[in-house]
Amino acid sequence: MPQTLFEKVWQNHVVCELPGGQTLLYIDRHLIHEVTSPQAFEGLRQTNRAVRRPDLTFATMDHNIPTVDRFNLIDPIAREQVKTLEKNCAEFGIPLYGLDSDRQGIVHVIGPELGLTLPGTTVVCGDSHTSTHGAFGALAFGIGTSEVEHVLATQCLVQTKPKTFLVDFQGQIPKGVTAKDLILKLIGTIGTAGGTGYVLEYSGLSIRSLSMEQRMTICNMSIEAGARAGMIAPDDTTFHYIANGNRPFTPKGKELEKAISFWQSLPSDEKASYDRRITIDVSSMAPQVTWGTSPGMVTDVTQTVPNSDQVPGLSPSDVEKALTYMGLTPGTRLTDLKIDVVFIGSCTNSRIEDLRAAASIFKGKKVATSVTALVVPGSEAVRKQAESEGLNKIFTEAGAQWRMSGCSMCLAMNPDKLNPGQRCASTSNRNFEGRQGKGGRTHLVSPEMAAAAAVEGHFVDIRTWL
Amino acid sequence: MNSFIEHTGKIAVLDRANIDTDQIIPKDYLKSIKKTGYGEHLFQDWRYLENGQPNPEFELNQKRFEGASILVAGNNFGCGSSREHAVWAVLQAGFRVVIAPKKVLGQNIIPAFADIFRNNSVKNGLFLIELTDSEANELMALVNAHEGLQATIDLPAQKIILQFANGSQAEGEKEFAFQIDPMVKQHFLEGLDEIGQTLKYQNEIGRFEKKHDVQI
Ligand code: SF4
Repeated sequence: MPQTLFEKVWQNHVVCELPGGQTLLYIDRHLIHEVTSPQAFEGLRQTNRAVRRPDLTFATMDHNIPTVDRFNLIDPIAREQVKTLEKNCAEFGIPLYGLDSDRQGIVHVIGPELGLTLPGTTVVCGDSHTSTHGAFGALAFGIGTSEVEHVLATQCLVQTKPKTFLVDFQGQIPKGVTAKDLILKLIGTIGTAGGTGYVLEYSGLSIRSLSMEQRMTICNMSIEAGARAGMIAPDDTTFHYIANGNRPFTPKGKELEKAISFWQSLPSDEKASYDRRITIDVSSMAPQVTWGTSPGMVTDVTQTVPNSDQVPGLSPSDVEKALTYMGLTPGTRLTDLKIDVVFIGSCTNSRIEDLRAAASIFKGKKVATSVTALVVPGSEAVRKQAESEGLNKIFTEAGAQWRMSGCSMCLAMNPDKLNPGQRCASTSNRNFEGRQGKGGRTHLVSPEMAAAAAVEGHFVDIRTWL
Repeated sequence: MNSFIEHTGKIAVLDRANIDTDQIIPKDYLKSIKKTGYGEHLFQDWRYLENGQPNPEFELNQKRFEGASILVAGNNFGCGSSREHAVWAVLQAGFRVVIAPKKVLGQNIIPAFADIFRNNSVKNGLFLIELTDSEANELMALVNAHEGLQATIDLPAQKIILQFANGSQAEGEKEFAFQIDPMVKQHFLEGLDEIGQTLKYQNEIGRFEKKHDVQI
């Protein structure tokens, strides 16, 4: 029977079917970080259980570390989480890319960089944006702390097989439109719960034309459409990424050749069927800007803030609540919104290509005096690469701050936060109330759009600059 | 996890859709290495004013919902991050049950609960019930019309049984039946240790590992 990419990867990881219809699924890579793992290790200790495969478990710290000076962790509770992770990794023999490692970074940025994320594998992490790794054709999804404990103890998870959903991005991506805009458009179309219960597979010529970084941006936000995982079939772009760069965990030489010929068998069979399909024509798309407090509250940059009864799929009272929180009046043009803060970073858009894209906008320009702009690389490796290309100089000369790697203002668990009422153009993935700091107002955009907003002090249609 | 067979308690209504995990437990309260201490921060930013006083505008701060252990909310409850702290916060604030509607909007079905939140709830014994949109509306209206309305959640019978206080107009009882995944039902009834269950498959896992080359 013809199979989808997801079905092939799923089938390769079935340890056994359980009475009651669930599946015991084997996990190839388990990534852990300081915020969602402490209680899982505590659980192991209480029940006297060991970590089954410390060699398949990898740790880093990213969520709560400062990005100005990472070693100056003043917050005592954040420090305790970091120390606890160090202690747990030492005790259970788990490799840790800690604060002093030159491979430290946001967990979803370093997995692919290190070569841990490979096509056809299963990847889990106690973080919902684990969907990022699906860009390689891996089945990757976020789990809760009980499941972290379950994987530590058994290297398996009990799962119900999700349904499949094909998202076909048709047409050529216009200039000024990015991977970020594609995924925001999809979420705006199917809603923040539209993918619940499904694994999304992104296909179409426009996906094939994207780099690995851009594919990761798309898969990253699958969870914002309610899907735990998003996948893209591996191709030469994928193999090229894996074979190049300093990636200690990728297979090499003959092993790599063997692996590639296996990976080539993973793409969905031509006649494979899906539980749901949607086609999105990207050829006439405009850059996207969110106006509300969920990623589905999004529209073209050329549009105005909607009226509360104008948003299909959302109740007027939910829209009103969002507009009140965001301090917006219906009818206002998005390009008239004044920006206080610009954040370029997060596991959605902090890879080297994102920074190159932002730098190309900042080059020779200045950040508006009313704007504070932060550029936060996703990993120390990205930071080094950017510095070797001189990108940091472009940012600082423009008046933006150049930071050390971490989650930073994506969730503001560290010192980088919005003040109440501040309006932010952000390349991150969530515009929930208070996400970037209590009372902060987040608009999600692409790195190019964020950089241009920093220069002008308000949103601009980036296409007018190209 | 302890077993859950029947629960009786007061019902509270929070009629908002897409309540995300950042609202349920803001990240400022995730910086702990413990599993406890989250209840007092449930809905922190909605529940308290800047000065730390309870926000009188927030639905759950109304006196009539004090001590409630059953929460009725809007669809897609628990969307957002994978933080299990959200489930711990709901439980530790005294709720044992959350009820939400599944909405059908044309081709789109908006589930009552987000996926990861649902999984995390099962692991921790927070009981989730999905009703239809009209049932949930009816339930919310009844709670709003009858102060202190209580319900018994009868898991074996798969029923929500409302108990109206004596003297109220709708004196007597009203029921809503609900569906539940048989595995989840068994899990709640027996209070299983899921890791213990999986460890019974050690041999299968070992055999699988031998033939499964994780490098590929
Ligand atoms: S960058 Fe943001 S979304 Fe990504 S892992 Fe960090 S906190 Fe989560």
